[in-house]
Amino acid sequence: MQKRLILDSHLLDITISRLSQQLIENHSNFDNSVIIGLQPKGPFLADLIHKKLEQETGHQIDKGYLDTTFHRDDFRRREVPVRANETKIDFIIEDKNVVIVDDVLYTGRSVRAAMDAMMAFGRPEKVELLVLVDRRYSRDLPIAPDYVGKSVNTLDTQKVLVELEGQGFEQNKIWLVNKEQ
Amino acid sequence: MQELSQKHLLGIKELTSEDLELIFATADNFKDVINRPIKKVPSLRDITIANVFFENSTRTRLSFELAEKRLSADVINFSSANSSVKKGETLLDTVNNILAMKVDMVVMRHSSPGAPHFLAKHIDANIINAGDGTHEHPTQALLDTFSIREQYGKVEGLKVAIIGDILHSRVALSNIFALKKLGAEVMVCGPNTLLPKYIASLGVKVELDVKKALQWCDVANVLRIQLERQQIKYFPSLREYSLYYGINKKLLNSLDKKITIMHPGPINRGVEISSDVADSEHAIILDQVENGVAIRMAVLYLLAGSKMA
Repeated sequence: MQKRLILDSHLLDITISRLSQQLIENHSNFDNSVIIGLQPKGPFLADLIHKKLEQETGHQIDKGYLDTTFHRDDFRRREVPVRANETKIDFIIEDKNVVIVDDVLYTGRSVRAAMDAMMAFGRPEKVELLVLVDRRYSRDLPIAPDYVGKSVNTLDTQKVLVELEGQGFEQNKIWLVNKEQ
Repeated sequence: MQELSQKHLLGIKELTSEDLELIFATADNFKDVINRPIKKVPSLRDITIANVFFENSTRTRLSFELAEKRLSADVINFSSANSSVKKGETLLDTVNNILAMKVDMVVMRHSSPGAPHFLAKHIDANIINAGDGTHEHPTQALLDTFSIREQYGKVEGLKVAIIGDILHSRVALSNIFALKKLGAEVMVCGPNTLLPKYIASLGVKVELDVKKALQWCDVANVLRIQLERQQIKYFPSLREYSLYYGINKKLLNSLDKKITIMHPGPINRGVEISSDVADSEHAIILDQVENGVAIRMAVLYLLAGSKMA
């Protein structure tokens, strides 16, 4: 299995800082904005960004985790059902600016499911999408990210592997892996 | 990603302890969903489910129907009371006719033990047993053990007494299987005539004195006397049964610990359980009902989830 490192701990720190600054540029002190990480990987990234944002703004910012399992469009189309994760949103997103955070944007189907799932918590004023890795030219749906950590051109036979310290890995590392044929 | 080891839910006996844990973990998520302002998810929107009830039911049927609707499935209801079964149609014909209308899953209650197993052998749809005679009632056992797990954080190592009409109870049998698979200690208690002959071979303790059973257990699951299944007299009178086996506040107060009281419903107040116990803080009877919807959503979701043929 061939692996290529596309982001390491040092670069990830810089990327998180940059993304946070971009968010502050558009949301100032996050008075009316919230961060929502998509399960299963988004929450780790949402935590990193949330921490950075609170440091920078000095404000308390609402953060939640959203599980999209029951809203996916591939139910009964995969061999086995996807196991659900916890949804933890302790606030109402009615009229809020929501920033959805996920690790990798690929086909866009998870994001579509997320927008569907989110409506159970209110009608947001505006929804934006932040992803750490954007796999360009592989979208199945008309979905585009607003904030991108790194764009990569990938093949369908490749996979982006995200290893974050929050998940128990020693170091933050993002890999591009060639799937075995 | 995980799936159940079975295509149908016929009984707890066929499930593994991993299946039970998977169902509980999924039900945790659905319990969260049904406590949101918008209680519906679209998972089963392209699935049609038939609720086929050859025997009376209030809770189970409503609970299944609600679970199906919360998952966005299309639902049709059938009860034998006003159907062609009365005209002599067989079970297989009835269900095949329902399936000809393109139904994906069948939830069935029947008074004959093994009826869902028979169907599972002959038809293609996923079958969920909602109670077959005096045999099994798997979703009830799942929601009972789920409620115990919620109350104590675990099931393993707990002592659970099942009290009442064990002989005619499908709830008792399914509960015994589920509790044993999850590592609980189980005791059955009731008058000798209402205890099946070889019940101890399932690995349960047998006790005739209800006070001793209550003193022993952490959780008491109290069952109704199923008069409709009793063709002969098993005890002299309901009044006498209540006197010797009824759970009342005085009896609970005489124990030197607090135990949890469960009841699968319907309750015969003043017979197996007194009102002051059923409505007390000891009882988690209404929590059981709430958990029933989440558990049934989990079962439907996991069974429907395998790849379409």
